[in-house]
Amino acid sequence: MTAVLDAAGLGKRHRRRWALRDCTLRIPEQTIVGLTGPNSSGKSTLLGLAVGLLSPDEGTIAAPPIADIGYVAQDAPLYRSFSVGEMLDFARSTNARWDQGLALELLGSRSLDTKVSALSPGERARLALALALGKRPVLLLLDEPLAALDRLAGREFLQVAMDGIAQTGAAAVIATRVVTDIERVCDRIALLCDGNVKLEGPVEELLAHHRLLTGARRPLGRIRGVEEIIRERHSGRMLTLLVRTNGPIVDPTWSVDEIGLEDLLLAYMAPEELPTPQPPDPWRLRWHG
Amino acid sequence: MQFHLDQRSGLPMYLQIVQQVKEALRLGLLDVGDQLPTVREVVASTAINPNTVAKAYRELERDGLVSGTPGRGTFITDTLVADSLQHHDTLRRDLLAWLEQAQRAGMDEEDILAVVSRTLQDVLGRRVA
Repeated sequence: MTAVLDAAGLGKRHRRRWALRDCTLRIPEQTIVGLTGPNSSGKSTLLGLAVGLLSPDEGTIAAPPIADIGYVAQDAPLYRSFSVGEMLDFARSTNARWDQGLALELLGSRSLDTKVSALSPGERARLALALALGKRPVLLLLDEPLAALDRLAGREFLQVAMDGIAQTGAAAVIATRVVTDIERVCDRIALLCDGNVKLEGPVEELLAHHRLLTGARRPLGRIRGVEEIIRERHSGRMLTLLVRTNGPIVDPTWSVDEIGLEDLLLAYMAPEELPTPQPPDPWRLRWHG
Repeated sequence: MQFHLDQRSGLPMYLQIVQQVKEALRLGLLDVGDQLPTVREVVASTAINPNTVAKAYRELERDGLVSGTPGRGTFITDTLVADSLQHHDTLRRDLLAWLEQAQRAGMDEEDILAVVSRTLQDVLGRRVA
């Protein structure tokens, strides 16, 4: 499949810190990708580079021209003194290929005379979305679109976004810290940590290729069906492993469970072993009295 | 038709759609010639990705249950109503005749059930062996 966005070895410095380093990511056409990761993991920087608001310090990024990108920045910045209708007129005058009908349809029933400042957060987000999709973009970039919305407004936003995507055939990147918000709409997930892609793939495949194994604590050798141990946790005599699999796990001494997307991503974000509680040291106890 | 999609069911969304269509076909709620909701309709009512709906419909098409025409929609082309269901009427009529015969021969309910279950066991047992 052709890629609409292709980042290779991408790096971007903010002052002395690398916000993005050696980041490689392909967004196939007509695909919805959830871009997730902890705070300041590089999500917004990557979107900024894709739109051309930033230029890379290292590597390359191939993206459509700005006229073909619909970009909704965090908090959907809009001209507050404009009316909804004036925002649409402005968008029409600045975009050669503007679909007024689509924008109006996505906007719903809101009166065009309403001032932007009088809109609720949900309506504002919806307007920003209609403005981005009215361009009939090949790539839609949404930066934390649900952060300021309650659950109902969030759900409505996603419905409108999916409707617009269905009508334009755009690919989309949705950056969010909260993956449960967007899990139901994503074809693929990309996890950014410390400025590079830690995990990427189709949601179903990621879930199919990871399992939780629980069993008695033991020295770990090779386990058939396990490609890599991602995380190891002990509690008493129990051992829980999160593993990437390359076949069925048949060893009956392990109980095998599926893992949800959120837990999987969390495990990749903080894979290091949690400290095992140590038995109290009698020497130290005595020393401290 | 309305789809009810549960994110936490553990079953991929597209499979939930496939299952719900098949279920409706099995129950006779959908029949040959009926139209499935368009991708846009599903997307607008469930807030899922259009690709997911398209994938589900492709899967149903591969199973020979629906056929999609771009711009026109997706239509049911086959039914899953069990074959036996179509024969229920005839079978029931034959059974009724047999039961009347049994009654005329002086058999009561327990006698009849005994004969039926014994015969059923013979038939199913033979099939297993």
